[in-house]
Amino acid sequence: MGDNRIFAGGEFLITDVTPEEVFTPEDFTDEHSMILETVKDFVEKEIYPNIDKLEEKDHDLVLSLLGKAGELGLLGTDVPEEYDGLGLDKVSTTIVAEAMGTAAAFGVVYGAHTGIGTLPIVYFGNEEQKQKYLPKLASGEWCGAYCLTESGAGTDALNAKTKAVLSEDGKYYILNGEKMFITNAGYASSFIVYAKVNGEQFTGFIVEKDFPGVSTGKEEEKMGMHGSSTRPVILEDARVPVENVLFEIGKGHKIAFNSLNIGRWKLGASVMGSCKESVTQAVKYANGRIQFKAPISSFGMIKTKLANMAVKTYMSDSMMYRLAGMFDDKLATLDADAKKSGAEKIKVIEEYAPECSITKVFGSEVLDYCVDEYVQILGGYGFCSDYPAERYYRDSRINRIWEGTNEINRMLVPGTMMKRALQGRLNLLPAAQAIAGELMTYSPLSVQLPDTPLALQEHMVKMTKKIALMVAGVAAQKFGQNLAKEQEVLAVLADIIIEIFAMESGLLRTIKIIDKEGEEKAEYHIAAVKSYVDDIIPQIEAWAKKVIAYVEEGDMLRTQLAGIKKLARYQPIDGVSLKRAIADRIIDLEAYPF
Amino acid sequence: MNIIVCLKQVPDTESQIKIGPDGKSIVTDDIKWVMNPYDEFGVEEALRLKEKHGGEVTVVGLGPKRVTESIRTALAMGADKGILVSDEALDGSDSLANAKAIAAAVKDLDYDLIFTGQRGVDDDLGLVGATIAELLGIPQFSIIVKVEVAEDGKSVKVERPIEGEALIIESNLPALITAQKGLNEPRYASLPGIMKAKKKPLEEKTLADLGLDSAEFGEGARKLKILELTPPPERAAGKIVEGETPQEKAAELAKLLHDEAKVL
Ligand SMILES: Cc1cc2nc3c(=O)[nH]c(=O)nc-3n(C[C@H](O)[C@H](O)[C@H](O)COP(=O)(O)OP(=O)(O)OC[C@H]3O[C@@H](n4cnc5c(N)ncnc54)[C@H](O)[C@@H]3O)c2cc1C
Ligand SMILES: Cc1cc2nc3c(=O)[nH]c(=O)nc-3n(C[C@H](O)[C@H](O)[C@H](O)COP(=O)(O)OP(=O)(O)OC[C@H]3O[C@@H](n4cnc5c(N)ncnc54)[C@H](O)[C@@H]3O)c2cc1C
Repeated sequence: MGDNRIFAGGEFLITDVTPEEVFTPEDFTDEHSMILETVKDFVEKEIYPNIDKLEEKDHDLVLSLLGKAGELGLLGTDVPEEYDGLGLDKVSTTIVAEAMGTAAAFGVVYGAHTGIGTLPIVYFGNEEQKQKYLPKLASGEWCGAYCLTESGAGTDALNAKTKAVLSEDGKYYILNGEKMFITNAGYASSFIVYAKVNGEQFTGFIVEKDFPGVSTGKEEEKMGMHGSSTRPVILEDARVPVENVLFEIGKGHKIAFNSLNIGRWKLGASVMGSCKESVTQAVKYANGRIQFKAPISSFGMIKTKLANMAVKTYMSDSMMYRLAGMFDDKLATLDADAKKSGAEKIKVIEEYAPECSITKVFGSEVLDYCVDEYVQILGGYGFCSDYPAERYYRDSRINRIWEGTNEINRMLVPGTMMKRALQGRLNLLPAAQAIAGELMTYSPLSVQLPDTPLALQEHMVKMTKKIALMVAGVAAQKFGQNLAKEQEVLAVLADIIIEIFAMESGLLRTIKIIDKEGEEKAEYHIAAVKSYVDDIIPQIEAWAKKVIAYVEEGDMLRTQLAGIKKLARYQPIDGVSLKRAIADRIIDLEAYPF
Repeated sequence: MNIIVCLKQVPDTESQIKIGPDGKSIVTDDIKWVMNPYDEFGVEEALRLKEKHGGEVTVVGLGPKRVTESIRTALAMGADKGILVSDEALDGSDSLANAKAIAAAVKDLDYDLIFTGQRGVDDDLGLVGATIAELLGIPQFSIIVKVEVAEDGKSVKVERPIEGEALIIESNLPALITAQKGLNEPRYASLPGIMKAKKKPLEEKTLADLGLDSAEFGEGARKLKILELTPPPERAAGKIVEGETPQEKAAELAKLLHDEAKVL
């Protein structure tokens, strides 16, 4: 890290990235590994034995565990040292989030507290606010919450009705309104609340639970995450001192959207941790469960499930640490003054907004896949609450809804990238225009691949980037500014782009392992990448064709379809054997294998 | 008071252990290495004594480079310094040789107490602690669950469980204690501790640095030889007793218990 190439957000789509340029879990320092061990230890010893009590909403227990986490420094990775935090790198934060991912609903309490409950103050608070609130939040003395959503303002978050009016003496803002679905509301001491000053200017406030006029409503009865508190927060003539305005009047959207970027990245890490655990638990069961006189893990269909779970998780893992490394590389370029400035740091996070959405969508959907197969592998026992699979299944589902639904995040991926292209921040247009010319001369039959273990996969990743650019180009040309309204097209573009980031992250990580440890040590990593790419290429081809079929007609349609076909040309490999090999490795280790 | 904690790195008890092709060693490829759990009790106890009586805690490990990870963990828990005795000639040494190397590494240090684990969870031999004490000529107390150091720091009272009773022993310092489960609940390495550990001193010493002759170490110098490693016998598959009626099944069961299990 440090002297690495600094990428623009979304730039991966138009540039070749080398393995040395990505951070991977194999690059962990000794400190990173120790942090991972500490958090895993904490979760195993403090959370696992308490899961039942936590599920029954033992709020005192939640707060005492939060305090213990604070003592270990787990709440302060992103809080600067001046405010009793640790100010660690983003890789460390990602590690903590990953390991907390298996902490059931406590992981949610933790995530909301350290993420959206604390970071708005880290990045947007003034000196007095940071001194007053951050030490309490970093130690766990106070629990933090974040109030953006309202009944009429969910995905459309800026449509808030909560209103703030300056008091006559000019000392307070009087807030009125009701926030909905607020995580940690039952025991939080501080709330980041968004309200519109005079019903117009969307603004953030730091609200303490004991301010007059602040109360919470009834606990929601939820499908999952039973151990976290979710309530409305009611503001009835709530008196908030003017010094508690967070950042600037009318700039609340900046805090809100940037907080979401962070939330998405951390959620990606935490769901990935959960995926790894689901693989381990599923294989332990499958090895012990005898049907037809054999462990069910010896059956091909169960092997396929185990392999798919692990391979998808490997991609998610690779994406998460690649993104964390991108943050750290760019943060390292800030000068000493900028490093102290929340505003400068948040710009770095904002740069990678597309990647934040990508990892959120991919990670949450891989977890849903994993928990579904986890239940399936347990058969009837997976459906009953004596085994954790049932809870995993319920708990997973929320992750596609919060931190921006996966629909809105899908729209943001190509949306943000196209917007930046128009602003000249990202050179998408020249890259897309070049494809048409390249297609004329490109012949898949004359491609000569080097003799390296993953040459074919490297080539296919390059080709899928071209497919993405081609589809984006065709759609942009047809719809122009109206593309934003073509959600079906945007969703497909998002899916293609997400899969490219997934494949490429796993690929680059694996090549890095091969370069460092040799091909033999990377045997299963190589199998994972081959198998994943083998599954995804036909999908990407089909998705791309669907968009073209919608956008074009007649001769143009035929030409464009032929172009896609050429770019996506790929002869399937023996995926069955690859998955069997990966599954056998999982079965042998009785654990997530990478 | 200054305390030395000896630390061994062992395979995580969760690891799948496979016997190597030579039949005398285990395959180390997929093994995750951790601090011997009994040594963790030693580290914790040393830190508690330091918090009460002051002084320094030095951690001494022996083995390949990877052992530094476990030493760093002890430093992150709060120990002050680390020493790693590492030398290719040590490969394959038995407990006696290992103890000799550790004793040489600590003999000139200023110490009041030495902790080791009561045994390593890998070989389960429990020889190193006693051997170090013998070589250093200090008293040794094994399998200890309670340690109380006198106010003046000159003597120690320890408790050893025997057959449901407790044996209480008192001794002058310096002394060596081998830690047993129940001594304490080891703390976590906190994140601030981990970041501080990076800057703590960790010295590496070879056998030559310790003035030892490498001929006395390694496979060739073993007094204790491993002839063969065998996995624990596999549990035979259970048997379901067949029969149409409970009476038939009971008769069949009795027959099996008599003829096969030979318990009746
Ligand atoms: C357990 C839990 C905890 C939560 N914690 C917090 C918290 O701590 N703080 C907080 O502020 N909020 C919190 N939320 C709220 C959460 O962020 C919202 O539920 C989420 O933003 C979705 O809003 P909504 O529920 O109103 O759904 P809606 O916005 O009504 O969405 C319904 C469906 O319509 C889709 N949709 C909406 N708009 C569009 C569009 N333009 N194009 C395509 N599809 C669209 C959505 O993707 C979704 O599928 C929490 C929610 C839950 C359930
Ligand atoms: C709520 C509920 C109600 C039920 N009601 C009834 C009822 O009224 N009456 C009744 O008799 N039963 C009932 N059942 C039992 C139900 O039919 C079984 O759970 C089901 O048959 C699966 O068996 P199992 O749970 O033992 O899973 P297992 O047989 O252990 O299967 C575990 C996994 O291994 C897979 N597997 C097993 N064998 C193979 C193979 N050869 N090849 C590939 N994959 C394999 C399975 O597909 C599954 O994914 C009920 C179960 C539940 C949860």
